Amino acid sequence: MNGGAHHRYVSTDRRVREDRRFVAGKGQFVADVKLPGMRHVAVVTCPHAAARIRRIDKAAALNMPGVHYVLDGAELAAATQPLMNGLETPHVPRRPLAHETARYSGEWVAAVVADSRALAEDAAEAVEIEYEPLPFVLDAEAALGKDSPLVHEAHGSNVLLDKTFVWGEVEKDFAASARRLSLRVKWGRSSTVPIETFGVVAAWDPWRDILDVYASIQMPRYAEQIAAALKIPGSSVRVHYEVDVGGSYGVKRGIKHTVLCGYLARRLAFPVRLIEDRLENMRGGDAHGPERLFDVEVAFEDDGIVRSMKMRALENLGAYAGRSPFQLGKPIGAIVGPYKIKSVQYRALAVVTNKTTQEAVRGFGQAPTNLALERCMDEIAAVLKLDPLDVRRRNLIRHDEFPYLIPSGTTYDSGNYETVIAKVLADARYEELKAERDRLRRTGKLAGIGIAACLEPSGGNATFEALLNPAITTSTFMESCRINVDGTGTVTATMHTTSSGQGHETLVGTVIGEVLELDPDTVRVTRPDSLNSLPSGTPVGSRMAISLGGAAFHAAQKLKAKLTAIAAHDLGIAPDRAVYERGEVYDGQAPARRRTWVDLVGIAYRNYHRMPPGFEPGLAVEYVYQVPAGGALPDKTGRVQMYPCFSFEFHVLLLSIDPDLGQPQIVRYLLGHDCGTQVNPKIVRGMTMGGVAHGIGAALFEEFAYNEDGQLIAQTFMDYLLPSAHEVPAVEIVDHETPSPHTVLGQKGSGESGYLGAPAALANAVNDAVRPLGIFVNTLPIRMAALGDLIAGAVERQKE
Amino acid sequence: MRIELDVNGTKHELTVEPRTTLLDCLRDCLDLKGAHAGCEHGVCGACTVLFDGAAVRSCLMFAVQAEGSIITTIEGVTPAPGELSPVQDAFCETHGMQCGYCTPAMILAAHALLADNPQPTREQIVEAISGNICRCTGYTQIVEAIALAAERMRGANRPQA
Repeated sequence: MNGGAHHRYVSTDRRVREDRRFVAGKGQFVADVKLPGMRHVAVVTCPHAAARIRRIDKAAALNMPGVHYVLDGAELAAATQPLMNGLETPHVPRRPLAHETARYSGEWVAAVVADSRALAEDAAEAVEIEYEPLPFVLDAEAALGKDSPLVHEAHGSNVLLDKTFVWGEVEKDFAASARRLSLRVKWGRSSTVPIETFGVVAAWDPWRDILDVYASIQMPRYAEQIAAALKIPGSSVRVHYEVDVGGSYGVKRGIKHTVLCGYLARRLAFPVRLIEDRLENMRGGDAHGPERLFDVEVAFEDDGIVRSMKMRALENLGAYAGRSPFQLGKPIGAIVGPYKIKSVQYRALAVVTNKTTQEAVRGFGQAPTNLALERCMDEIAAVLKLDPLDVRRRNLIRHDEFPYLIPSGTTYDSGNYETVIAKVLADARYEELKAERDRLRRTGKLAGIGIAACLEPSGGNATFEALLNPAITTSTFMESCRINVDGTGTVTATMHTTSSGQGHETLVGTVIGEVLELDPDTVRVTRPDSLNSLPSGTPVGSRMAISLGGAAFHAAQKLKAKLTAIAAHDLGIAPDRAVYERGEVYDGQAPARRRTWVDLVGIAYRNYHRMPPGFEPGLAVEYVYQVPAGGALPDKTGRVQMYPCFSFEFHVLLLSIDPDLGQPQIVRYLLGHDCGTQVNPKIVRGMTMGGVAHGIGAALFEEFAYNEDGQLIAQTFMDYLLPSAHEVPAVEIVDHETPSPHTVLGQKGSGESGYLGAPAALANAVNDAVRPLGIFVNTLPIRMAALGDLIAGAVERQKE
Repeated sequence: MRIELDVNGTKHELTVEPRTTLLDCLRDCLDLKGAHAGCEHGVCGACTVLFDGAAVRSCLMFAVQAEGSIITTIEGVTPAPGELSPVQDAFCETHGMQCGYCTPAMILAAHALLADNPQPTREQIVEAISGNICRCTGYTQIVEAIALAAERMRGANRPQA
């Protein structure tokens, strides 16, 4: 069924079943959940970058009408466990409410519960807190310094992670290479910033000992983490996965919100709801993304062939860790991108600072790493006076070299990079594009072409955890599907997590329809709650097409095998003579002898005397799918197979910049994309387009900027600028399909596509445009005002 | 305060605080959940409703200010339970959404545009939705949906040969 196979439904242009409810405004988002007796939470936040909490006076707030409770960090800390932490850093505890010390401006210090959100907000203003401001540090390099204030004093330093890996003969390769080049590249602090903020509703049933949780969540091991923090059994947490999530792209991981509300719901014995407002979300929602400083050195030859690379990545985590340091680990699985670089030294360094805590963001650290790598390729080209395209082509892994083992231990599954690039260049008419750039330059504009070639590791796998923290031995990443054909013959399948726009119900229906040769629209797909669910790794790591698709495929195969066996037994023939076709089974040697779908359902449900001996009655099957190519832990040299599948994307764009304003305008944007078999082309296209838009934001507009007092100054959408329809061009996508050998349909992931290369391509385009002025820009975002100033300065210098 | 609101063709008598936004009133008093809170400071457009036919942000307006005007929400443009308007159907055809959170507002913005301009150019469509932020799609399939809806609606209004 793999690669170039004819599909009945897969890869065809079909509608996305989820869309019907959304266009009618009938999605069920968390803010739409209304439980009887539900009350509302608002939080009180710390106004200082760092402060000792001296005293909390709740009296005025508690005296206000409609106010039920004011919770502080001391009470919550005494009653709950700290939130799960991926590293062995016991002196860096993370809690929903600050306890004794607050470590960033906007951190939650107290929570108010009232009859309405408005009353809770009023009362939050009446909570009086006495602070003693403390010294603070915002910059990652400053946080490394000996004299830096410590964000967590008991930890003894601000460094949470410092690991150096050497894969291959780095020093030898450097010594043997003709040239070297070093570059400092900075990825600014931005995030995915979904339009729906995080929200949660929690209700405790003391008679059944169940905490019901409705949340806009996208998070592995969510129920388990709630249970651990609240010190209740895992089977006492019931997460309702049917809640629609209004965008996430990684960050909807409101574990602190949930533990806070779960505690309140139990303490107060009524349901509570916390829906972040935008300010709470931006300052204290703990959903910022990576802020990463790269120092990269590459060794290469006169012809542009890159031999070796040394990369130091310094991550500014914000005040607490959570899972965010692992975002330095995932890129190890594609550390050389699509190139044949023989050896790599990689230092992953993560520090805490007095900024908002980070969360997982689309690509889990891969987009920043791709930026650093792709900036290097362009600078190599500039030094050698080669076309950046040629430098890349000379270093690409060729189609006939797959499967390809990279120095850090991952084997890339498949790819045809040179063909994707050739197709894009043909569509772009690359020489004409360059001529157009030159024409724009002659009209007085600054103009540049930006290129980026990069990979999207997909399929998910947790082995980077073990690589960065040997105490972790997780070597699986599961996903499950259950199919039940009921007594009337209709098919219902289950999935066991939330979705935030990825179309998983469509995915499951399509794959099952494909295997069973039934119209996918007749396959009902439901989401049981967590207590009725099979294992799920959740939609992270660009994995659902692969793993949920894989689980659905195998479950459907099991069902098909059962139907076939029942029919063969009833027909009195050997199972291998029975042929399944569109829900019916016939005798391969006498096709007129057959059992219809209705016959088979009747046997399974009502005629046990006609079932093969030992068979379970009914038509229920389930399958738990292990991530392909996974299952191993890192070896002693720090090598391990990370994600199983590698999608490829190749960006080419033409950018013009108004030299007086510094305003960039994308003239043309082409994107070659290869994610293997596309289960639903509409979904893949949408994700890719959205990824480019998100990448444009990260490259040109979006930044959680802080002032020198440690205050977040981009805390509304007036200051944190999201691309509108004006800023996103019509992207020309050029598809190619190189199936993965590891997956059931040849599919790879596409949930991060576009985003992983767009920032690099835009940065390269800007640099191509301003290079004639003798300047360069290696810090994202490249905002209009700063770029305008930089250009003006360079023009002045040229005049002198 | 007691107010009377005309929403989706029905008059509702309500008691609201003067500070209640139109968005909160629609969602909490009238249980019309299709308008969504995104930023609550008038930038993202997720709360868009039609106010005397124009697309406006319901988070920037108090419920009391809406008295005497005609309010239409996404529930009001849905022809019947289970039935889609041509614009809604076009959004499904092009997959002009992902998570669905900004979608009702986008569709209302499209309705407002097409009511005035049955044959919009790409630039006019972009302009009409430029006050509505979508983080999922990059807008392409939304623009395509509105162009498709316009084309279909023009076709539907043409006299049969």
